[in-house]
Amino acid sequence: MKIQGKVHKYGDHVDTDVIIPARYLNSSDPKDLAAHCMEDIDKNFVSNVKEGDIIVAGVNFGCGSSREHAPLAIKAAGVSCVIAKNFARIFYRNALNIGLPILECPEAGDEIEQGDDVSVDFDSGIITDNTTGKSYKAEPFPPFIQNIIKKGGLLSSLK
Amino acid sequence: MTMTQKILASHAGLPSVSAGQLIEAKLDLVLGNDVTSPVAINEMAKKGFKDVFSTDKIALVMDHFTPNKDIKSAENVKQVRIFAKEKGIKNFFDVGKMGIEHALLPESGLVISGDAVIGADSHTCTYGALGAFSTGVGSTDMAAGMISGKAWFKVPSAIKVVLRGTLPEFVSGKDVILHLIGKIGVDGARYRSLEFTGDGVGALSMDDRFCIANMAIECGAKNGIFPVDAKTLEYINGRTDRQPRIFEADEDAEYDETIEIDLNKLKPTVAFPHLPENTHTVDEIEKIDIDQVVIGSCTNGRIEDMRAAASVLKGRKVKDGVRVIVIPATQKVYLQCIKEGLTEIFVEAGAVVSTPTCGPCLGGHMGILAKGERAVSTTNRNFVGRMGHPESEVYLASPFVAAASAVTGYICSPRELM
Repeated sequence: MKIQGKVHKYGDHVDTDVIIPARYLNSSDPKDLAAHCMEDIDKNFVSNVKEGDIIVAGVNFGCGSSREHAPLAIKAAGVSCVIAKNFARIFYRNALNIGLPILECPEAGDEIEQGDDVSVDFDSGIITDNTTGKSYKAEPFPPFIQNIIKKGGLLSSLK
Repeated sequence: MTMTQKILASHAGLPSVSAGQLIEAKLDLVLGNDVTSPVAINEMAKKGFKDVFSTDKIALVMDHFTPNKDIKSAENVKQVRIFAKEKGIKNFFDVGKMGIEHALLPESGLVISGDAVIGADSHTCTYGALGAFSTGVGSTDMAAGMISGKAWFKVPSAIKVVLRGTLPEFVSGKDVILHLIGKIGVDGARYRSLEFTGDGVGALSMDDRFCIANMAIECGAKNGIFPVDAKTLEYINGRTDRQPRIFEADEDAEYDETIEIDLNKLKPTVAFPHLPENTHTVDEIEKIDIDQVVIGSCTNGRIEDMRAAASVLKGRKVKDGVRVIVIPATQKVYLQCIKEGLTEIFVEAGAVVSTPTCGPCLGGHMGILAKGERAVSTTNRNFVGRMGHPESEVYLASPFVAAASAVTGYICSPRELM
């Protein structure tokens, strides 16, 4: 599978409280959550984001609370993939479990810039920055996790 | 193997495990709250799962937006209430019985030494204080746990944290964990265990240990765990019929690194906005005026925390212009505060005392900050917008520091009042 989109770039330690503030957690409707995604660190995200866009960030993306509302909000906002230097562990599990594609790639997290046009080939793990022409290779998932993704999420893999 | 690895191996039915290995472990308890359980329940229904693996190994605690703050929150709790009734889940805690989950479950004897626990709340790591393996997960993992009684884990490596000596006056478990987070950073233990050990452990109360294990997640740790000693067993005694299982790290267990902390040298510590790693000792900071003080949460809402705050507020008054909100974490702690006269001390001083709720810690209700306002809070996170407006500020500190700051109106140690 391949995706292509414009990059929204953030720094290190993007926490789940800024991805979706707790004042909106009285709803778990993805559409309600998407309407407030990232608003405490980027007021323009919701109005700027387009279907298929990509979030690129630094280290420890998704740290803090275990709220699955965070990857749900990002996914429902139309984001096709989050590329980070690395992820906080609960967010990593949650993203895989709800089917939000994520990739760990320290170089891409450093070098890709805000607004770049980026394509990702999930089969090969190759990330291409079409704006700069540079390519990166993401860390592959272990087979155990590939199986969860292939079966369409954790609960489907239990059947 | 480390202590964590031994508990995981035992629950996976394996003679041994090693760091990085992916395993499936049996669970002794699966936890959810009023924010995370509805998502799990909806996922179960969507995928056609009707049955839960056990009616007594699931705990549903309605603590975040309760007593319900708005209609949507009330609908969420109603959904969980109906689910619990339909499935026959015994450990459903509604207003009147509920307390903040990570204070309530140990208090109720629902988690004991040697258990493996997942909870759809990041501070589930609190039970490491009892010598249990416990970690936070999301709602889908919680759903899978409720269905199968199992969870998959990547076996973590560990950082050994050796505690030496005893804590000085007005220094508590909160200062220990803030010091550690300041030292290693908010991702310093990412994906790893923090295993606390050393002669300093014995001198720490259970409430201090709960507070320290609780904030292991704030440096990215999968879990934080303490060895089981006489204090642990005394705490568990009388709370359950189950027998605690004691696991100890092997003498030759491998650790990624060892960090030593001399408890005698620790000082009251504060984490500045907007990360728990931005720590400063109180004696080195400039005068920072505050608008609000919160004393409570799964980190510092236990009886010792209440006693610490009351010892400072006794016979003193809250500074004009400062709002002080005290939230005992459970009904038992609340009642104990009344019996010991602590509630009277708080009210006389000019604080309000709330029934148990996570409330202001995550900017839910019961003490939201306006633009530009500043709070000292005994909670666990000071991220942007955590307690309200994105331009408000949260300073994390111990109940001693929070109570002293309530009296002066700026961040300080109780020493300033003596």
